[in-house]
Formats: sequence, C-alpha cells, structure tokens
Amino acid sequence: MLQLIDLKVSYGGVEALHGLSLEVKPGELVTILGANGAGKSTTLMAISGLVRPKSGSILFKNERLDSLRSHEVVQRGVTQAPEGRRVFGPMTVEENLRLGAFTRLKGIEASLEKVFGLFPRLDERRNQMAGTLSGGEQQMLAIGRALMAEPTLLLLDEPSLGLAPLLVKTIFQAIRDINKSGVTVVLVEQNARAALKLAHRGYVLDVGNLVLEDSSENLLNNPLVIDAYLGAQ
Amino acid sequence: MYDLNFFLQQLSNGLTRGSIYALIALGYTMVYGVMKLINFAHGELFTLGAYFGYTILVTLGLAGSLGPPMAIGLSMIMVLGLVALAGHLLERVAYRPLRHSDRLAAVVSALGASIFLQNAIMLKWGAQYRAFGADLLPNVVFHIRNFNLPLVRLLVFVAAIVVMAILHLFIHRTRLGLAIRASAIDQGAAKLMGIDVRKVIALVFIIGPALGGLAGLLVGLYYGQINYNMGQIYGLKAFTAAIIGGIGNITGAMVGGLLLGLLEAMGEGYVSVAWKDALTFVVLIMILVFRPTGLLPERVAEKL
Repeated sequence: MLQLIDLKVSYGGVEALHGLSLEVKPGELVTILGANGAGKSTTLMAISGLVRPKSGSILFKNERLDSLRSHEVVQRGVTQAPEGRRVFGPMTVEENLRLGAFTRLKGIEASLEKVFGLFPRLDERRNQMAGTLSGGEQQMLAIGRALMAEPTLLLLDEPSLGLAPLLVKTIFQAIRDINKSGVTVVLVEQNARAALKLAHRGYVLDVGNLVLEDSSENLLNNPLVIDAYLGAQ
Repeated sequence: MYDLNFFLQQLSNGLTRGSIYALIALGYTMVYGVMKLINFAHGELFTLGAYFGYTILVTLGLAGSLGPPMAIGLSMIMVLGLVALAGHLLERVAYRPLRHSDRLAAVVSALGASIFLQNAIMLKWGAQYRAFGADLLPNVVFHIRNFNLPLVRLLVFVAAIVVMAILHLFIHRTRLGLAIRASAIDQGAAKLMGIDVRKVIALVFIIGPALGGLAGLLVGLYYGQINYNMGQIYGLKAFTAAIIGGIGNITGAMVGGLLLGLLEAMGEGYVSVAWKDALTFVVLIMILVFRPTGLLPERVAEKL
C-alpha cells in the first residue's frame, strides 16, 4: 500500500534521511523506532508532502505522492497526527475536528460521532478551546482530527510523548481499535516497548539509516534492540 | 459647551472615523495573520479605492445618470470588485514569486509596490486634490433634539459596520473562514488538514484589499476630497489600529479601529485639535506598554 524507495531528504544541505526504503501492507500497523534525530518525523513529513525529498520515491496505492502538494496527499486518504499535536489552540474541539474533515463535504456528522465514540472525553469538551485541554486530551484531539478525513493510511508521530502512563495506555488502546477497524497505521515512537507490543512489524532507524526491519516479536527479543531501545527491566 | 450634545457629536464622529480605520485595519491583520507579512502597499490599495470611486461617480457621472442611492450602492460594489482584483494582481506579482525567499525580500517588495502604486495613482489622476462634489449626496441632516447627524456620516458608518458583520460571519461560520483561521494559527497543521494554503493566501489578498478599497471610497464620500498620498496617513493609522487590537486578530482590528477613531475624536473635542495625533499615539503607546501583544492577541496559551 505504501512504499518508500531509496528516500533521501535534506534540510539546507544537511541530509536527514540517507536512502530509506520501507513498505507497509494494507491493514498493517507498522512502527518506526529510533532515537531523537534518527529521521522518523522527517519520514512522515515527506509522506505528507510537508518536506520535498531530494531523491527517491514515495508510492501510495501505486501512485507517486512525492510530487503532490500536501492537501493533495490528504485527498488521497493519507492523514497525520503530527509531533507536538499541533491542535488549533484558539479554536474549539469541534472546530478542530471539522477542520480534519476539510477535504470532505458529506458524511461529516457520522465521522464526528465515530470520533466521539472512540474518545468520549472529546465529546464532553466539544465546545472548549483546544488550547485549554490537557496534553492527553490534545493528543486524542490530534488523532481524532486526523481520523475525520476517513483516511486509509494514518500516520502518528510520537503520540505518547509527555503523557502519563495511564493516558499512554488509553491512547495506544485507541490506536489498536483504529487499526482493527481497517485503517492502516504507521506509528513513530520513542516508547519502543509499547509500540512493539502494539505493532505487527517494526523498522529501526539510526541517524538517517535503516538498521533493522523485522516482526515485532523478533524485535522485542533482538539483543540490539533490547540494549539500545528497551533497556533492562 | 461640553454638554451631552457635544459628547454625542464627538462620539458619532469618532465611531464613523473609527469604522473606516477598522475596515482598513482588517486588510493588514488578515494578510499578516496568514502570511506573517505587513502588506505595506495596503494604504495605496485604499487610495486606489477612493480614485476608482471618484472615476465611477464623478468622471463617468454615474451619480448624475442613476441618482445618488443607486449610484453609490453600485459604486461600492464596483470598488469592492476592482480593488479585490488589484489586490490579487499585487499578490501574484509582488509576493507570490518570493514565497520561498527571505522574509526581508518580501518586505522590500511590499515597500516597492507601495511606492510604485502611489506614483502610478499620481500619474494617472494628478497630484492635486480631487473633489467628489457636494451634490453627490443630498445634504440631509437628521436632528434628534440638539444632536445633528448628517446623512453621509450615517451612511459611512452603516456601510462599514454591515461589511464587517458579513466578514465576521464569513470567518466564523463558513468552511472557508475556518480554513483562513486555521492557516493563520499554524500553516503546517492547516496543510495536514488538506487545506490548500496557497489558495487561502490568494483569498485574503482579495478580501483585505476589497475592504481597504471600500474604505477609500467611504473617505471620499465623507470628506468630499481625495489625494494621491492619502493612503500613507490612513495606512499608518489603520496599521496602528491593527497592532492595538492584536495583529492577526480580526475582531481585534475592528475594536482597534473603533478605539482609535474614538480617541481621536475625543482628543480633538476635549483637548486640542493640534494635539490630537500626539495624544492619540501617547494612549496607544501606553496600551502597548501594558499589553505588548495588543488588546486581543491571536494566540491563547497552548499547553504542551
């Protein structure tokens, strides 16, 4: 469904991705792991069309995304809950969600009900300004907003960042439900253990290079992953 | 002399002048909100509106052939359309090619566009004052006890308020309005919602100039005469109004404009005409000292 082929991205002369290739199949939940600066967010930004790759290609359902503009990528059914959530603070929860459905004209109310079913907390805070929500609620909003376009591929960038363990559990449960409902998910995470428990497969990046690619089970038992990302427990 | 009647007179004067400032300020604040760029040529688009109105009403003599109410209504619609077109061309020529370049390049381009437009207007219509003519509007004055309200003042105020009310509804109740607000808050996130931000920028460069141009026509009707460099002082004042309201905030621009107009009228009436501007700006500086981001800043604190 999604295929990155030898993707290179640079920022002002500095290369952040040195030729990444990966594949995501329909219905999968794939995680991309790695430390800060490994190129995880850059990968998602390139898929969403917010940064232009220097070379290589991004294929989605056999169509090249890398020459499209970001709103056209959304129209193809690829949405993202970006790093740092980036909700529209001075707008209400409901306005944020309606913006998520910007590319659609019909069926918005049904999607809204679906998101409220997934995150009842958002329903309670419907008319509250997004900027006044707690971190966890903002994350729910960022994910809910990305779902409002009824995507076939959902990109999630560090949804657990800065959240209390209990909230991480809620968010990850929701991600599992979203995937079970048929949405393909790419999950970028630093919380490697939680991400691998959730995902079918994982890719490990290190300063712009792909170093490992395996099923989640194997990665959880891989000594290299245990040493570098999971730590002793 | 300083009775209730005098106060009401200054109040109506200030609100009318303020509504004009507010209309112009909206153009600055909308463009800044989305592009983080001060459109220095906005004052000239305002002047252009005044001269388009002059050409339609006086040179082409629309007022004579249609009668004042029809002519003025029609000229407002035509000025809105023509200056919207001018604003769109300005964006295409002076700003869009610089989309990916340094912020400073766009500022220089804006200043250049301002000088170009001002000179073009002077060359086309001349450097002397142009009079709209006293017979354009029937010289009707409403008397409410001792309070006098000229028809033209009422017309200018009502036109400005109606247009601002429509804009407010558009920004807060429509899908496109939502897209404009989102693009002003976080362009990257707006793109992730599927919003074509380039189109949003084009849109604010149509709406903003149209409102500024209408303000130019209203000034011509209100004061009866226009000049090629009137955009400088009006632009400066409206820009100040936008800053006072909190640049980027649409409601703020309306509030800032009305406040500025009221301050001027009251300073003029109760202190001194000569000190009007100095006094106004002292108050405005005080506001900025205590509220550096303006009265209604665009961003509310965002939790991480």
